[in-house]
Amino acid sequence: MIRLEPRKEMSKNLLYLTPVIAVALTIIFGGVMFLILGKNPVRAITIIFVTPLTDLFTISEIIVKATPLILIGIGLSFGFRAGVWNIGAEGQFTIGALVGGALPALYPVEGFWILPVMCLAGIIGGMAWAAIPAFLRTKFNANEILVTLMLTYVAVLLLSVLVHGPLKDPAGLNFPESRLFNESATLPILIPGTRAHVGFLIAILALIVAWMLLTRHIFGYQVKVMGQSPKAASFGGFIQNKVVWLCLMISGGLAGLAGTFEAAGPVGQLVPALPVGYGFTAIIVAFLGRLTPIGILFAGFVMALTYIGGEAAQIEMNLPSAVTGVFQGMFLFSLLGIDVLAGFRICLAGRRPAGATG
Amino acid sequence: MTDKSLLDLSGVTKRFPGVVANDDVTFSILPGEVHALFGENGAGKSTLVKIIYGVQRPDKGEMRFDGKPYAPAKPSEARAMGIGMVFQHFSLFEALTVADNVALGMNKEAIGSNLDEQIVEVSKAYGLTLDPARYIGSLSVGERQRVEIIRCLLQKPRLLIMDEPTSVLTPQEVEILFQTLRQLSSEGCSILYISHKLEEIRELCEKATVLRGGKVVATCDPREETAKSLAEMMIGTTFKFAERQVHELGKDRLVVNNLTSVSHDPFGVDICDVSFRVRSGEIFGIGGVAGNGQVELMETLIGEITTVADSICLDGEAIGTMGPTARRERGMCSVPEERLGHGAVSDMSLWENTILSARTRKSMEKRGFLDLQIAQDFAGQVVSKFNVKTAGIDNTAKSLSGGNLQKFIVGREILQAPTVLLIMQPTWGVDAAAAADIHRTLQDMAADGAAILVISQDLEELMAISTNFAVIAEGRLSEPKPTGSQTIEEIGLLMGGVYDRLGDADEGAPA
Amino acid sequence: MDLLVLVLQGVIIAATPLVFAAIGELVVEKSGVLNLGVEGMMIMGAIAGFSVTLETGSYILGIASAALVGALSASLFGLLTQILLSNQVATGLALTIFGLGLAALWGQGYSGESTQALGKVHIFLFSDIPIIGPLFFSYDPLIYLSVALVIGVSWFLNKTRLGLILRSIGENHDSAHAIGYSVVAVRMAAILFGGACAGLGGAYLSIIQTPLWVEGMTAGRGWIALAIVVFAAWRPGRALVGAYLFGGVTVIQLHVQGLGFEIEAQYMSMLPYLVTIIVLVVISHNKTRAALHAPACLGKPFFASS
Repeated sequence: MIRLEPRKEMSKNLLYLTPVIAVALTIIFGGVMFLILGKNPVRAITIIFVTPLTDLFTISEIIVKATPLILIGIGLSFGFRAGVWNIGAEGQFTIGALVGGALPALYPVEGFWILPVMCLAGIIGGMAWAAIPAFLRTKFNANEILVTLMLTYVAVLLLSVLVHGPLKDPAGLNFPESRLFNESATLPILIPGTRAHVGFLIAILALIVAWMLLTRHIFGYQVKVMGQSPKAASFGGFIQNKVVWLCLMISGGLAGLAGTFEAAGPVGQLVPALPVGYGFTAIIVAFLGRLTPIGILFAGFVMALTYIGGEAAQIEMNLPSAVTGVFQGMFLFSLLGIDVLAGFRICLAGRRPAGATG
Repeated sequence: MTDKSLLDLSGVTKRFPGVVANDDVTFSILPGEVHALFGENGAGKSTLVKIIYGVQRPDKGEMRFDGKPYAPAKPSEARAMGIGMVFQHFSLFEALTVADNVALGMNKEAIGSNLDEQIVEVSKAYGLTLDPARYIGSLSVGERQRVEIIRCLLQKPRLLIMDEPTSVLTPQEVEILFQTLRQLSSEGCSILYISHKLEEIRELCEKATVLRGGKVVATCDPREETAKSLAEMMIGTTFKFAERQVHELGKDRLVVNNLTSVSHDPFGVDICDVSFRVRSGEIFGIGGVAGNGQVELMETLIGEITTVADSICLDGEAIGTMGPTARRERGMCSVPEERLGHGAVSDMSLWENTILSARTRKSMEKRGFLDLQIAQDFAGQVVSKFNVKTAGIDNTAKSLSGGNLQKFIVGREILQAPTVLLIMQPTWGVDAAAAADIHRTLQDMAADGAAILVISQDLEELMAISTNFAVIAEGRLSEPKPTGSQTIEEIGLLMGGVYDRLGDADEGAPA
Repeated sequence: MDLLVLVLQGVIIAATPLVFAAIGELVVEKSGVLNLGVEGMMIMGAIAGFSVTLETGSYILGIASAALVGALSASLFGLLTQILLSNQVATGLALTIFGLGLAALWGQGYSGESTQALGKVHIFLFSDIPIIGPLFFSYDPLIYLSVALVIGVSWFLNKTRLGLILRSIGENHDSAHAIGYSVVAVRMAAILFGGACAGLGGAYLSIIQTPLWVEGMTAGRGWIALAIVVFAAWRPGRALVGAYLFGGVTVIQLHVQGLGFEIEAQYMSMLPYLVTIIVLVVISHNKTRAALHAPACLGKPFFASS
């Protein structure tokens, strides 16, 4: 029999080691999955996890995917620490793209001011969408998990109906898509010849600000106390509703910004298929990164790698695209399972002192 | 070990990581005997009875019940042998009825066809009135204990284990409980009575086993001992208890006027029209049975729940609508009852925990940004001045033992030099020497002009240190009186919530 | 009249996946566990049921494997949350993400395939009564199973000793442990039952209601089932009513355009999600009452420290 014994002190080393073990475990489980699918596991793992890192273009594509994941993930991490479960970042992402992209989709004007206005609009859009669950939770005690999720379905439908209607490209042969954004409304490219855009720098900036907030600012402290013990938070004089609002505004705003970046960056227009699940994958990124800024940076890259590697495997080995989703699920499972190591000591009951009656 | 003994323990040892809870414990209980197991907090009493009841298994040693080897793997096996147990923290379910609760605590085979009737029958036979259809959430603490006892009695126990049963009862309820226990003992049921209260052990028990640091240090007949000799056996040394100091009381510091507050918890207690004042130099004590509104009163005083502005005044300023931080700024600090998860965050380090309540008065926060150095220095101060045993201020709050964490939290508040200190169960879980230290510190603070409110369930403690005293029952506060001006019977009646009648009697007497 | 009967029949058919998923989750939550992976377990059940039915031609095998696969997915959640003490919210989310991915992988070859409609139960004489017959006695056996399941769960929770033990564990796991009940074993059993029910709900969707396999076909029904449990205040009978109400919303959405209203299809598709939000608000706004009905230990991890 194996028993768990709680550690008095969380093992700090293990805390940082567990994500690495989780990645290793996922690769092992993934290998088993490929065997079952009748594919060469070593080759598949190599294509997914190694090959993309050997080529500048694929690296730039990883940056493209990592940008929204990091932005959304860092925003979610505040709420997840505080026990505010915004799992509808996908919806806020969608609304952010919609609001931020509405201007260039409707009026192809030129000017240096367009991009900042779009970003601001995207942030406000995401915040507004997140304000609904914030309002309903603080005012009516409605569970934000369900509300944010339901609103995601609504947001995706809303994008679809608007792109089929008012935002449709007048010269677009009736396809459900907006006009292509002009130069002024497109994000500057970071590495020439690739799609990696300046949004990545903003994501890094967000990480630094988040790190400051978490380690040096009373807001970060509030968030930590609230998540670990709501009663201690009210003893400390922290107002729960304020924290709920702030967490949802931060995560909603950053998700909205990520949505605008996606529309103004790699996609370059509004299409119904704009939301591809970054909002959900970012949940995994946040957990895999231990809800810490530096961790989220790495986790964002690892998850982006599974997208790019998954696509490569799709082309080269004829693997289904769903492989990426399975991998991401396995990541989170392995991490959650392995987490037990950090908080508990695993003992073999047989090693208890001799003469035990139990 | 005699042949006729009911339960024998020999060499029982139980270790937990870092501590030996029971070390080679040996003793026997005779049939029909009321046997006390007593010792200080942390002496290992609870672990030992859990072993007897099959909740835990010993690492070493053996037990015999009725002369036969006895090693229960789970409580239902203990129950099947005829052992019943009333826990200190009741194992009851608030959202279920009395009958459901009784059924859950009995082995399936023992439940007859009509449980409700059985409950009524047994409750009558032992003078413990109880309605099987009521929900536990609506019962008082004393009534809840009856549910636990009846649950045991229905299984016709041969040994009944009672873990600190009187800490939640009024003196009158204690008297009824003792009658029930004596009746049981006369019917041949043995009782293992766990307590750290000397007087009640002398009153009730025929034999006592004294535990200290997990070891049996003495066995005696408590009826032939004095309270002093028992205390020495329990603590191992002699020392002086804090004595009440008398000095001049100054101006009003904390004034509470007709405070009323409705609880947000469906099973909580509403605070109803509470008024009192605490002056500079005063220690005001509020006694009462647990669950009568102490926690709710504390929440409104700390500011976790706000109320009408002038129902709470601090140094003349109405603060009822202010939150905890604003109240701290104005000089009011507090120690809530629950240490882990309310007064401190379990998984945060000690220095991070100072930020929770000391950031304003110790200027750790400037325009939202935290000065971590000040927090660390302050944590170091608390640890050294209050003798908190820990490897360092980077250790988490939950890594501290109960008593050490209590010292840390009390120290954190006292070192902020508050003008008003609210403190609940100040010595809960600390050993006798540390308790005396805390009492002395509180008295020194009062002597320096602070106003101190102590809410405690420990009447002896309140009698020892408070200047004035009142009782809270069902969310209402009795009229504050100088400590020592009331008899223990009067206080008992107040704790039972019958002060209205007492008031009538006072008014009626001269007429 | 015939149209009304037809609409009501549609409601009941649309609601049945929700009935299965909600009644399973209700038992799980009564034991004090919050499994947010209903969506993932449902879709796993959907593909398992669909593929096995298609490959073997046996509905019984298909439905049984859906329940089995649902329970297997749930066992993963149970292992992580009960044995390895992981966070229930995060693990439930992981289960949903994982389930959606794995089901998509499994279903690669089945897109566009279809199973035959399952025969309806014909009850001699009763099925032929006008209105009553089509309304009550003209369904496939799974609908009757779903109703029987609700009645069975209600009986189990309120009238049996094991049901009482399960409820007590959801109310206060520490007390239940102190008395000597195995919190983990009971919760594991509840989680497996919940998974099997979600699997059945998914299978109903893919084998009977549509009947085809489409990637992501549960479309949030698992989440709506979670909302129904809140709506029902953890009472089985009300969960049935709640599921039928949501079924009604889904069906109205299809009929509004038929009735000649000029409105975009997408707006109508939003309806079930918006209704879920409104219902949640109405049910939860009284904090004290909401707390009174919810199992007190819902979502809290249990570790036997003694």
